[in-house]
This record gives sequence, structure tokens and C-alpha cells, in this order.
Amino acid sequence: MPTPTDKAILDSLVRNKIGFITSVPCKQLAGVIELVDNHEEIYHIPSNKEDEGMGLCTGAYLGGTRSAIIMQNTALGVAINSLVTLIQYYHIPLPMLISYRGEVGEKVACQVEMAIHTKPLLQQLNIPYFHFTKAEQVNGLDGILQHSQMCKKPIAILADASFWSSAS
Amino acid sequence: MIRYDILKTIAPILKERLVVCNIGSPSQELYQLLDQPSNFYMFGTMGLCSSIGLGVALVQDQPVIAIDGDGSVLTNLATLSTIANNPADNFILLIVDNGSYGSTGDQPTYAGMATSLTEVARACGCRNVVECSAEETAAELEKALSSGKMTIIISKCQPGNVNVSVIDDDPVNIASRFSNSIKELNS
Ligand SMILES: Cc1ncc(C[n+]2csc(CCOP(=O)(O)OP(=O)(O)O)c2C)c(N)n1
Ligand SMILES: [Mg+2]
Repeated sequence: MPTPTDKAILDSLVRNKIGFITSVPCKQLAGVIELVDNHEEIYHIPSNKEDEGMGLCTGAYLGGTRSAIIMQNTALGVAINSLVTLIQYYHIPLPMLISYRGEVGEKVACQVEMAIHTKPLLQQLNIPYFHFTKAEQVNGLDGILQHSQMCKKPIAILADASFWSSAS
Repeated sequence: MIRYDILKTIAPILKERLVVCNIGSPSQELYQLLDQPSNFYMFGTMGLCSSIGLGVALVQDQPVIAIDGDGSVLTNLATLSTIANNPADNFILLIVDNGSYGSTGDQPTYAGMATSLTEVARACGCRNVVECSAEETAAELEKALSSGKMTIIISKCQPGNVNVSVIDDDPVNIASRFSNSIKELNS
């Protein structure tokens, strides 16, 4: 069941004219993905792997529609080459709504392994990131989405377990 | 016939159309044969040509031809399922199947051995899948364009590259002139 916070995320995406969204699911992202899938102004295209998703988003952006990807932080390991040689090299704006698994509150030990590398990887890649720990931070999403379009860069929104559990 | 011969025979059809072209020799050869603002060349990111092409096709009405390679499709094989399940009738995926990783010295791919990309595309649910010889490619491409149906063409050809230089242009320029062509063609 989507929460009001999931709805706030959707509303921000729509307000910012994001018309093309690809996703690979995560439990924490289920509510947002459901809303995105049902929204008629958004073309939701599930991808099999996040690098494929970045190709789809690039095409949609070049075709004139703002795009975004919804994925888990583990996907960074899958998508580095695409982020660097496609998204960054061709200056494609790409907001990435990322469930930041493996932070405090995590139940699956394996998720911690990639959590440890998440911020260092983003720093190494010169990708701006915003760490969401409380539901009210969703109010900053409009600004972050505008920022990505303005600077034509990928940006990461890292929404951790505290963020999702504080969501009502 | 090798990839270059196919590109040469289809160049007149590609003129003033939206084309997304695979990394390495395919882009370099196309650049020499027919450079135009509506060509998007991949400088890296092996595998994503078909995904980029589908993305463009889904958000606007002009036909989009993605010229991909067997090795690149194999590396992003699940793209065929995404394409099958998100059909865009203005999308044509032309897979130049030379059974090799051409750009890197024609090392054999599995597509030249036991694996049929044609069968894989069909198994993924793609509807209009055509396998043809290099010689038949231009005619099949014309047919696909006039059918107004999303089509996957697998063009079987010989391995081999011609000697062309690297593309001396910058990616941001390539992206913006491509984007502008899309706007113009749709206006
Ligand atoms: C991740 C990655 N691995 C390897 C390469 C090297 N590489 C560049 S082009 C290419 C061959 C692509 O083969 P194919 O798609 O069949 O195109 P062809 O040149 O045969 O037309 C390879 C292996 C790369 N660019 N990226
Ligand atoms: Mg090949």
C-alpha cells in the first residue's frame, strides 16, 4: 500500500514533468513504483537491469521527455559504466531515486556490504547525492529534481530505512 | 558482404532519419558513409544501443532505427524482452549479425555458433522478427519502415571491418544535434 510519502514523491515527479520512468524493484520502493505504474502522465517501463534502464532513460530524454530511474543502491555496482560513459559523457540529467539498503534498521546482512560502498562510489564518480533519513525531507525533492535538469547530471536520492519507516 | 557493405546499401534509406548506432566500428563506418545530425553515435556503453533507440521511439512519433551488433545484443540480451513488452511501432532494431565482436578484432560470438538471436527475439515475445542475408537487408529495412510495425531485423553477414578513423566530434554536440533533429522532425 502506498503511503502519503510515496504519494508526495509521485506528486513531485509529476510537478517536475518527469514523463518516463524505469525501475527495478526493491521492497522499500514498492509503493512508489505502484503509483508510478498507475499514473497516466508517466510512461513506466520496468527494466531487467539498471544499466539497460539508463539506456532507456537516455533515449527518452534525447527524444524530449524528462526521465528518471528508481532502483536499489546495489544497482550502482551494475550501472557504473553506463553512468560514466553514457549519462555523464553525454550530459543527460538523470534523477535516481535509490532505496539505500543496508543502513541502520536493515534486516538482511548482505545489504550492508553494498551500503558501505554506496557513498564512496558516488563521491568517486562525482555524483551529487542527498541522504533522506526522515519523511519530511521529501519536501526537498522538487529542488533536487530541478537541480538535475539544470546541471544535466545524474543525481542520487538515497532514501534509507529510517526514511521509509518514518513515512506515514 | 561485411558490415560496411550493409551500411553502404542502407545509407540512402537512413538519410534524414533518426538513427542510433552501436559502439566502435559500426559508428565509425556510418560516420564516414553518412554523417548527419539525426545520427546518434555511441562512444562507449556496449549493449545499450537498442535501449536508447527504444527510449527515443517511445516518447515521440518519428521512426527510429537502432543499428546494433550481435555481441552488443548478447551483452544486454534482456533488452529483447523489454522491446517485446513495450512495442513502439516506430521502432526498428537492425542487428548486424557478423557472428563476431567486430570492433575488437572479430573474436567469435555465440551468435555465430549455437545461439540464434532470431529465435531468442521470438522467444522473448517480439512479433515481427526477420532474419535475412546482408544482400536482402536494404529491402527488408524498407519493408519494415513502410509496414508501420515494430520490426527486428537480424542481418547475417561476414565478419570484418574497414579502415576508418575514430569520430572526431564531442558527445555533447552529438547529443544536442540529435535532440534538435528530433524536435525539427516532429514539428
Ligand atoms: C563493457 C565493455 N566490454 C567490452 C568492450 C569492448 N568492445 C567494444 S565494441 C565490442 C564488440 C561489439 O560487437 P558487436 O556488437 O557484435 O558489433 P560489431 O563490431 O561486430 O558490429 C567490444 C567487445 C566495451 N566497449 N565495453
Ligand atoms: Mg558483431
